[in-house]
Amino acid sequence: MITAGIDVGAKTIKVVLLADGQPVVQKIASAGLDTRSALDRVVADAVAAADGLERDDIDFVVSTGAGRQDVPFADDQVTEVTAAARGARSLYPNARTVIDVGAEEGRAVRCNEAGGVEDFAVNEKCAAGAGTFTEAMARALEVDLEELGRMSLRSTQAVPMNAQCTVFAESEVVSLLHAKTPKEDISRAVHDAMASRVTSMVRKVGFQKDVVLVGGLAKNAGFVDSLQRGLETEILVPDTAEFVGALGAALIAAERAGEGR
Amino acid sequence: MATTTTHPTKPLQCWGKCKELRETYYREYATAHERGALRWAGGAWSLGAVPAGLGRDVHSLTSEPYAASIAWDKELSERCMEAVEKRGYARDLCSYMRNYWGSLLLDEYAFGGPFPKPDFIWQDHICCSHAKWYQVVCDLEPGIPYSCVDVSVGPYVELNDHRLAYVVGQLHDGIEWLEKITGRSYDDGLLIEAVQNECRATSVWAEVCALNRAIPAPLDEKSMYSLYVLGTLMKHDRRVADFYEELRDEVVDRVEQGIAAVANERCRVMSDTQPPWGFLEMFRYLEEFGCVSVGSLYTFALIGVWEEQADGTWGPRPTPMAQGVEISDRDQALRILAEWNLSKPEWQHFYSPHLKSEMMVRIAREWQLDGVMLHYNRGCEGLTVGIAENRLALLEAGFPVMTFEGNMGDEREFDKARTYARIDSFMETLGLRKLAS
Repeated sequence: MITAGIDVGAKTIKVVLLADGQPVVQKIASAGLDTRSALDRVVADAVAAADGLERDDIDFVVSTGAGRQDVPFADDQVTEVTAAARGARSLYPNARTVIDVGAEEGRAVRCNEAGGVEDFAVNEKCAAGAGTFTEAMARALEVDLEELGRMSLRSTQAVPMNAQCTVFAESEVVSLLHAKTPKEDISRAVHDAMASRVTSMVRKVGFQKDVVLVGGLAKNAGFVDSLQRGLETEILVPDTAEFVGALGAALIAAERAGEGR
Repeated sequence: MATTTTHPTKPLQCWGKCKELRETYYREYATAHERGALRWAGGAWSLGAVPAGLGRDVHSLTSEPYAASIAWDKELSERCMEAVEKRGYARDLCSYMRNYWGSLLLDEYAFGGPFPKPDFIWQDHICCSHAKWYQVVCDLEPGIPYSCVDVSVGPYVELNDHRLAYVVGQLHDGIEWLEKITGRSYDDGLLIEAVQNECRATSVWAEVCALNRAIPAPLDEKSMYSLYVLGTLMKHDRRVADFYEELRDEVVDRVEQGIAAVANERCRVMSDTQPPWGFLEMFRYLEEFGCVSVGSLYTFALIGVWEEQADGTWGPRPTPMAQGVEISDRDQALRILAEWNLSKPEWQHFYSPHLKSEMMVRIAREWQLDGVMLHYNRGCEGLTVGIAENRLALLEAGFPVMTFEGNMGDEREFDKARTYARIDSFMETLGLRKLAS
């Protein structure tokens, strides 16, 4: 049986195809302004990448993400909270806390031993707790995103950053640059500031080990380092962190396909 | 999509009468001067039985429900907010207060025509905004006589004779003041009647809410807002007391027949205090999951007067009349009125969020709830302060909690799409999927 999970995020669309519950293909594409066209393209890419598969072979599709309602061919939908928890638990069966930080939202999910969601918190209002923040800061420092993360790990001193929002943080970064603060230290300050917001959200739901970080921000080594220091615990990061929501949706699709349409 | 069994359901037969009472209330206030009648303004918490002693032709405009009516009319509310902001008042003040001020500044009555200015103001100070609300009204409309009763004597469990006498003394002074500014003689008989009506109305409303323990729930929160509001308008009025008795009888009948507010009820939640009035349809959205909100601390306890019964559960507080007390004079009437109101549950948590937590955990247990929705309401400091403590207490008691941010009266601070997304997540955590329509 072929099932698909489609995560329509604020910035990217992720597709995971499963054959009998095992991942066979994962694809990502920019959502752009024309989500529907992007969606069709990325699904076509995923199908093409799976040898001998036709689109009609997909038995059940579950969509998730902020744009989950924009997937007209989805058989069902699940929220980002459920999808992230399901996907993370499939990779780390002992995960009790799942942190999902994407482009425009961050969320913390606390799971029980069986994997059910016990509590969650969402930040959808403050850009300073989501990926867009790091993009703005990378622009201010005139480096690319990957370099921003690496620079942070080379920092030799902690620089306090008091900004509460992206707009003022950018001003603060400029002030630090004028004060000849090394970019590495500014980068760490950016990630520490962001991690402190996420840490606060995680502590609100009450975290327990294992802690798994998913979503696009998990690829940022500087942020992962800051978050580990903030939570004072080891954080597990899957190689395919940005696909975990889609993976969870695909796994739920496999279960629901079994229940019958 | 999931499926579930359905319960029988039907509209409330007394619904039309409820709407008519509300419309009459706002019309009578607006047209009072045409009949030589008096108009007064004050909070829904104010001790309205006292001005009732001035005559049967005395009509009130209680400010919070009036402001909630404005909030429901998003276009008018936005203009009210803008008018207030242009005068230099901050956006983070009580949004009820801002809607009310805006209506005054625009000289527009939410129910048509110019804003009907009161002849006097009869207010009390249960929250910080109450203290300033009508001070500004008097600044904007100089010359309106204004009296305010300080009721901040602490929680009911700490009430003693001295504290009660402090409130009662102010009410005695208030009656002298009312006679002076209106030129009318005060009728103690009308006061006693109003006190009796208020005790009856608020006890019976608690009885109605208690009936919602039934599974399936005979009433849902959105409908309860339309019903409870009568108590916020004129809880001392015989028509409201009579209506609540009629409603109680109908709800008893619904419980006996298993008639549900939500036909596919399979999950029960509640909220805490004021909802985002412009978006009450969020309670209907819950129904897509088979979830009914059985009420809130606000609907139960702003009007309802409760007490712990012999079996330890919450029930309607018996009225003094039901306990054989005959009210014979002004002082006794004022003493009963003050003591009755100071016992009201919704007044208690101004003194401590822990008192609110205790009440919410009690409701969650006794009404057999599966979860709780807490409104991080930026429009009301008084009732929202400590809400994070309430969340922790509910979680500790084993009840899942969803929080959502918003504003009871300022729609600019409520994000419908995001709130619905949170509801989706919350419903999933409760194991619910949308039902097949």
